Order: sequence, then structure tokens, then C-alpha cells
Amino acid sequence: MTRTDGITAALSHLGRLDELAGANTPIARVDPRAKLVTTAAFLVTVASYGRLEVSALLPLAAFPLALFALGDVPLRPILSRMALVAPFAVLVGAFEPFLDRQPLGTFGPVVVTAGWASFASIFLRFALSVSAALLLVATTGLDAVAAALAWFRVPRVLIVQLLFLYRYLFVLSEEVARSLRAHALRSPDHPSPRLRIAGSMLGQVLLRTLERAQRIHVAMLCRGFDGEVRLRRPLRARLSDFAFIACWCAYFGLCRAANLPRLLGIAVHGAG
Amino acid sequence: MHMSDALVSPAVAASMWAATTVASVASARALGRRPDDRRVPLMGVLGAFVFAAQMVNFSIPGTGSSGHLVGGLLLAILLGPSAALLVMASVLAVQALFFGDGGVLALGCNIFNLGVLSSFVAYPFVFAPVAGTQPTRGRLALATVLASVVALQIGSLGVVIETALSQRTSISLGTFLLLMQPIHLAIGVIEGLITAALILFIRDARPELALGNLNATVSRPSLRRLAVGTLLAAAVVAGVLSWFASSAPDGLEWSLARASVGTRAGTQSGAPQGPSLRSPEPTTVLPAETQPGPESQERLLHAVGRKWPKIDASESLSGLAGVAMTLALGGLLAAGLRLVRRSSRPTSPP
Repeated sequence: MTRTDGITAALSHLGRLDELAGANTPIARVDPRAKLVTTAAFLVTVASYGRLEVSALLPLAAFPLALFALGDVPLRPILSRMALVAPFAVLVGAFEPFLDRQPLGTFGPVVVTAGWASFASIFLRFALSVSAALLLVATTGLDAVAAALAWFRVPRVLIVQLLFLYRYLFVLSEEVARSLRAHALRSPDHPSPRLRIAGSMLGQVLLRTLERAQRIHVAMLCRGFDGEVRLRRPLRARLSDFAFIACWCAYFGLCRAANLPRLLGIAVHGAG
Repeated sequence: MHMSDALVSPAVAASMWAATTVASVASARALGRRPDDRRVPLMGVLGAFVFAAQMVNFSIPGTGSSGHLVGGLLLAILLGPSAALLVMASVLAVQALFFGDGGVLALGCNIFNLGVLSSFVAYPFVFAPVAGTQPTRGRLALATVLASVVALQIGSLGVVIETALSQRTSISLGTFLLLMQPIHLAIGVIEGLITAALILFIRDARPELALGNLNATVSRPSLRRLAVGTLLAAAVVAGVLSWFASSAPDGLEWSLARASVGTRAGTQSGAPQGPSLRSPEPTTVLPAETQPGPESQERLLHAVGRKWPKIDASESLSGLAGVAMTLALGGLLAAGLRLVRRSSRPTSPP
């Protein structure tokens, strides 16, 4: 029972991110193409740093922080998603301190090895790039992202596929959740279905899915569907959108060229 | 087994994006040549099905663990490779955008590892020949499990190679292979069993749907042209980018240098010697006769060492102060912007 409840909760969270984009905030008003380009530039910048960079990566957090603050995005849905997907990056990173014991420097009595720097760097990269992607959707919405992708000549089939998938995600996930609940009620001894049962259970859902596809197709034909899905969302670029791209890219360039925290530290504390 | 943004370098990400783009555009074109208006809702809803089916965790007989469907091979069997690739791409894109699973930069790698390889390698070269045209139940199950094992093995091999080329971790190629491949052998068998159970169920319940009927409406691109195009795109991007990065040693040199740096640094600098995961002999990728001599190792050591930021003790305190100030400034800025937004909200248009 707890599992199905968990799935229902996950579903409500899934819709939440897209709903956030409906808010009228300075970031939501920026053209989706501008946000897409800037996010891409941000991700490439984050990935371009060397393996042991930690402090130089920090100023880049300004971009997700600005999206977060100016976009009125609540912290919890972003952080919970990041926690959910952290394991792979963190697991691979966790080997670093054991594998690379080259000392880099000392902070008082503590010797900092290259492995720890690398671990911190991997974790920071993970946090920066994942939060940027989640915030892009939370401040833009999938429809607007799709419109921007269409403008960048991404094949129409793929965009229509993305929108369809997203629309039926909730319907089918609820169907799976109902099947799981039915299974849980009938076999309380087995919390998760065994392989053979899982096969026919998913098979039933798949059959219903295929029939649903047929019904959707008929309904689309009734509304004059001719094989072409037309996306009509007005995209108007303003001067401020170009400024958005230019300012952020200049900032990313500056971060890449100079280690800002170190310069700041030297300015305040002196080189010694 | 999603490749992560944190572990990928721009050059590897761009190469894999190029390869994936070529494969996706070729698949979209192949679908466009045989237009069928039933396919639009079918693909969309099957994508949502794969997504939803991943939530069903079933127990694995004989072990205490559980597994779930990945779905690449199932889609290829039901829809044919071209449509399967596009559906898988959309599933992975939603996972990257809404869950942060994998990430946007690594999306090219992930679509390649989980979509292109299962649709255009495992399906046509393993599943199709083993299953034949009129498969029995056993043969269908065998073909599904075999194809799924192959798909997961080459997929995880992709993750290992992309990680090694990206040079963001110091796990050696050999160690990472030993970690990833056996796990994915098990995952592949489980994925194959659940896919086979699904396909057999559909075949018993609705024989007209199971094989071919859904994908009869989908033409497939020429495999050879697709392979050449995909490799070419990846190679061109990788080549152009390596021009910019030519000062850094390449992946193989780097892993060789790493293997020797680890043992040398440990003995020379008197770093704490604790129980280590590293094997006493450096893991090497090349056979013994082609191993570099001492002076070329020295050169590699130098090449690797040069890239490392040298934080000496005198500078570390000011560095620490700078980091703390950056963090404080960032926090203050975010909090300030928040406050401004909050106070201006009643006056802003609804």
C-alpha cells in the first residue's frame, strides 16, 4: 500500500514542476529560446572545468540562484528531485578520495588530497547542472520549451512525441498505480509482484494502453487530424532577451577565465 | 546507468549529441517516408507506458532484490527501431528535464547508450536473427533475453568509455569495467525476462498485435548509412574539439599516467598510506611491450601535473576566504532578490 501511495505522491510532484511555469515572474517572461541557449551555455561551461576545480566553479551558482530567486521557484521540489538522482554521480565520486591520494595542499593540520578535491568537484558539477535543468522547466514549462525546440529545427516527430508522452504520463502512471494497488490487496504476503505476475500485469496495462491509443486516434480524426500536429505558440524576442543571453554568457566567460573566489580572497586578505 | 552531467566533458557530450542527432534525424526521416496517422498517438502513449512501467518493481526469484523495466528493447520489438529510438529519446528527455536523471548535457550519451544501441544494434543483429519470422514461445523468449543482455552490456560499455574519455574521475578503465559489466549482465537478464514475459503475454492475449503488426507501418533507415553517418558526426565533432584541447593528454595516455602517478605519489610524498582500493600493480590498458619507458612516463606525469591547480599553503587561506565570501554573496543576493520579488508581488499583474 505504501508503494502505491508513494507513486501517487510522485505523480503530484511531477505535475508540480510544469505548473510552476504558469507564474508571471521576470524569468518566466524571458523568451524560452533565450533561456534554452543560456542554459546550454551554462552546462557546457560547467562541464569544461578541469577535474580538480572546486572554488572556480562556485561563482557559476549565480545562474541557478538567479533563476530560483527571480522565478519564485520553491526550494523543496528542486532539492527533493536532486536528492533522488544524486546516487550515481555521488557513488562514482566517492571512489575518488581512495584512488587519488596526491596531496594538493594543507588547510591547517588537514592535508587535502586530489581525490577529495575531485569528489567535491563532481558533486558541485552535479548540483549545478541538475538544478539548472530543473529550473529551466520550472520557469519555462514544457510547452514553451517544445516551441523553442521547434524554432531550432528539432524534428517535428520528436517534439510531438515529447508533448504526447508528457500528456499521457499521468493517465498511464495512475493506471499502473491502480494495478499495483489491486495486486497489493489480493496478495498481502508479496509486497512486490513476482516476475510472472509482473509480466501479465504490465501486459494488461499495455493492452489497455494500445486500446487507448486507438481511441485517441479516433478522437483526433473526429477533430480533423490529418497526420500533422501544428504547434502555434507566438515567440517574440525582445531586446531584453538578447541582453539576457549576452550578459549571462559574458559572466560565464568571466568565470571561466578567472578564478573569482581566489581573486576576491586575495583582494580582501592579501596574497599571503 | 544513466550517464551523468557531472562526469562528462564538453567534447564527449558534443560528440555523443552529434551521433544521437544524426540517428534521430535519420529515424524521423524514415518515419516521414511512410506517414501513418495512427502512429502519432501510439508512439506517445507507448512512451508514457514505458515511463509508467518503470515504476513497477518486481521481485527477482532466488534473490532478495527487485528490478524494473528499462524498455528500449520492448519498444523496438513493438514499434520497430526508428520509432523506438524517438520514443526512448522522449522518455530520457523527460527524465532529464523533470527529474534531473542524467542531465541535459549527458542526454546525447544516454539516448545513444539506451536508445541507439538497443534499437540499431541489439534489435537487428541479435533479436531479429535469433527470433526469425515465426518464433516459438521458447525461441521468442531466448531472443528477447539474449538481445537484452547484449543491449545492456554495450550500453554500460558506452558509459564506461564515455566516462574514461571525459577524464572527470580517476577510476581506471579496467576497474570501472569490472564494476559495471557484471552488474549489467544481471540487469540485462532481468530486463530480458520481464520483456519476454510481456511480449509472450501480448502474443497469447492479442496475437495480431505482438510482432510486426505494430511496426509494419514503420520503415527503417538503411543500417549501414545510419552507422556511417552516426560515427562520422561523432568523429568530426570530436576531431574539431580535440583541436582546442590538444594541450591535454588524451584519454589512454591519461589513464596510463594516472595509473603510475597513483603509486609514485604515494611512495614519494609520504602521503597517508591506508587500505586502498587501488591494486598494488598499476592497471594498464596496453600490453607490456608497448608500455611507455620511464622518460615518457615522466613527460606524461608532467603533462598531467601541469593541469592541476597548484594550491600552495600561503595561498590557501586567501582562497578559503574568497570561497566563503562568494558563498555569502550568492546567498545574500538570492535572499535579497527573493525579498524584492515578494514585496513587489501585490502590485504585479496577476
